Amino acid sequence: MQRLRKPWSDHRAELLLGAVSLSTGLVVLFMIAFVAARAWPTFAHNGLGWLGPGGSLKVQVENMLATSTKPPASAYHVRAWPIVYGTLLITALAVLLALPLAVLSAVFIVELAPTALRRTMIRVVRLLASVPSVIWGLLGILVLVPFVGNHLVTASERTSLQNTVQLTGAGLAIAVVLLTLMITPIMVALTCDALATVPPAWREGAAALGVNRVRAIRAVTLRAVRPAIVAATVLATARALGEAIMISMVSGSVFFSPRPGDGVAFLFEPVRTLASTIVDFREGLGGAPALNSTLYAFALLLLFSVFVLSLAGYLVKLPLRKYQVRG
Amino acid sequence: MSSFASEPALGASGLSSAPRRGRGSSMRTWRWSDRLIWLAAWTAGLLLCAVAAAIVLYMGYRGVQYLRPSLLFSHPQPSGNQAGSGGFLDPLLGTALLTFIGILLAAPLAICSALWIVEYGHGGRTRQALTRIVESSIEIVAGTPDILIAVFGVAIFQLHFLRFASEGSEGGGVTGRSFLAAGAMMSLIALPPLFVATRDGLQAVPTHMREAAFALGKTRIATIRRVLLPSVRPNIATGVTLGISRIIADTAIVLVLLGDELRLSPHPGGLPVLNVLRGAGSSLTSYVYDNSPAGEGGAPQKAYAAAVVLLLFVLLLNLAVEWIARHQARSSGSVAAGGFV
Repeated sequence: MQRLRKPWSDHRAELLLGAVSLSTGLVVLFMIAFVAARAWPTFAHNGLGWLGPGGSLKVQVENMLATSTKPPASAYHVRAWPIVYGTLLITALAVLLALPLAVLSAVFIVELAPTALRRTMIRVVRLLASVPSVIWGLLGILVLVPFVGNHLVTASERTSLQNTVQLTGAGLAIAVVLLTLMITPIMVALTCDALATVPPAWREGAAALGVNRVRAIRAVTLRAVRPAIVAATVLATARALGEAIMISMVSGSVFFSPRPGDGVAFLFEPVRTLASTIVDFREGLGGAPALNSTLYAFALLLLFSVFVLSLAGYLVKLPLRKYQVRG
Repeated sequence: MSSFASEPALGASGLSSAPRRGRGSSMRTWRWSDRLIWLAAWTAGLLLCAVAAAIVLYMGYRGVQYLRPSLLFSHPQPSGNQAGSGGFLDPLLGTALLTFIGILLAAPLAICSALWIVEYGHGGRTRQALTRIVESSIEIVAGTPDILIAVFGVAIFQLHFLRFASEGSEGGGVTGRSFLAAGAMMSLIALPPLFVATRDGLQAVPTHMREAAFALGKTRIATIRRVLLPSVRPNIATGVTLGISRIIADTAIVLVLLGDELRLSPHPGGLPVLNVLRGAGSSLTSYVYDNSPAGEGGAPQKAYAAAVVLLLFVLLLNLAVEWIARHQARSSGSVAAGGFV
């Protein structure tokens, strides 16, 4: 007690603070180690074929649930391609839609909007970024799904697919639209921050050469922040990959791979992603060993993709330092 | 993470630098492609405004329709019809409890890390390497989706030696689902914004303040306690606010790690407060999820009402961040904390 009362020496303080700080590193290590260890049985049984197509994922999951504590090797059989495809599809479409929307809005906020509107826009972007995903999902499932199901899905589309899948309205299109709206604010924020750090002299130089505002934005400002835009896209992609709740609510929660060959109906077909599957089968974590391990395998794949994307985002931003433009 | 949280708030300065429109740059002389982009930018900006307005107005309308004060003070009841399914007192308490645990764990960790990195992180290869490890692991945590953090939480809290933290199941296994488990994982969600806000605040403290303290014979740790921590208090407040808004908005961790129980269900036996921590429960977000058609309950009116309360909290926290930043900028003239988002 007496020793604790005395003023701390710098050395002791440093050791204590350092030890506490390094615990975050430990957490990250544990996270990778634990998820990988739990996922191992699935990979051991399936090899790299795990990622490939083959069979019905629905049947495979039912098999896993049917076996209890001591699953035979056959219960581990899983081919995850349908949901990997679903994840890639939803993420790619959402990012493709969000990119122009975000860059244009960022340009609008920083360069074009009148001051009053700019302040409003910043609040709007902050608000959109902080709307919880469950509220997006709620609006999707209670407002958009009935609307799409009643007005956009035609009877002929419904009958032509009635033997393969039921079109309720919940599906790809709504998930993509909501996901776009969810990741756009992040991209806008990152792009705005980068745009704000472009030296004013560059814009003035362009203006002095007689080009108009939009031309200056295209030729100078946007070009200077290109790495930041790429970084923002990469981070938004990571966010989109990991979105679970909203997609689990609005995407129909059926193991089905939307088929582009179906025409417009493609947009309304249900879909599942890696993250939403984990949410849908959350009771299975710690339950039947085969399903448990498979779910951890999904998580491991997501974890790996997100790490790669974070690293890519960091690497992409490096050239910005050359111009002392922060991104 | 660092990128959008470390920037000074937009609109404060530096943005009024776009060249003013002078004579001769009337839009009539513009090329079509330029006019098109100008139009597209306005459309995109106004579209975002329209979406935000639509969400707020629609939720407000639903709130007026379905939100009653009695809902906030009554327990949820298991019931088939919406009229009899009670209110959401327990989810509200659950959200408060999770927030409390999350911030309680995250704040010391974040503040210590920020202090260590800014005040002790220079000099020496090892130190620089270690600080880089800490910074990048916090950045990794920031980029990890909440569902993965939840899955990790299950993996940890189902370990046998952590069975004290959650309820056991019939087979002698550990469920790994409890307020303690969910709260601990919530601290990982709140950690990055708290850390970034504190670090940026510390970095913005002018060096001469430290030097003055050293000249008076204070040690580094005394300087931290007497000079630095008081001056970054608004930044810490911003970080805590951001952390709270992350926690109350999170659904995945609650769904996976809190066990779907409508009411707070304390662990049987044990001390009166600790058994709640060991038990299952729900939060506002999981209540919304469970009462929407996505969950089992078909009580969309209750889901709307709870979602309105949730949105109100989020809006208030947003306002709080703004208020702290403005207050700080006015009182010290220093860089406002928080960044864009």
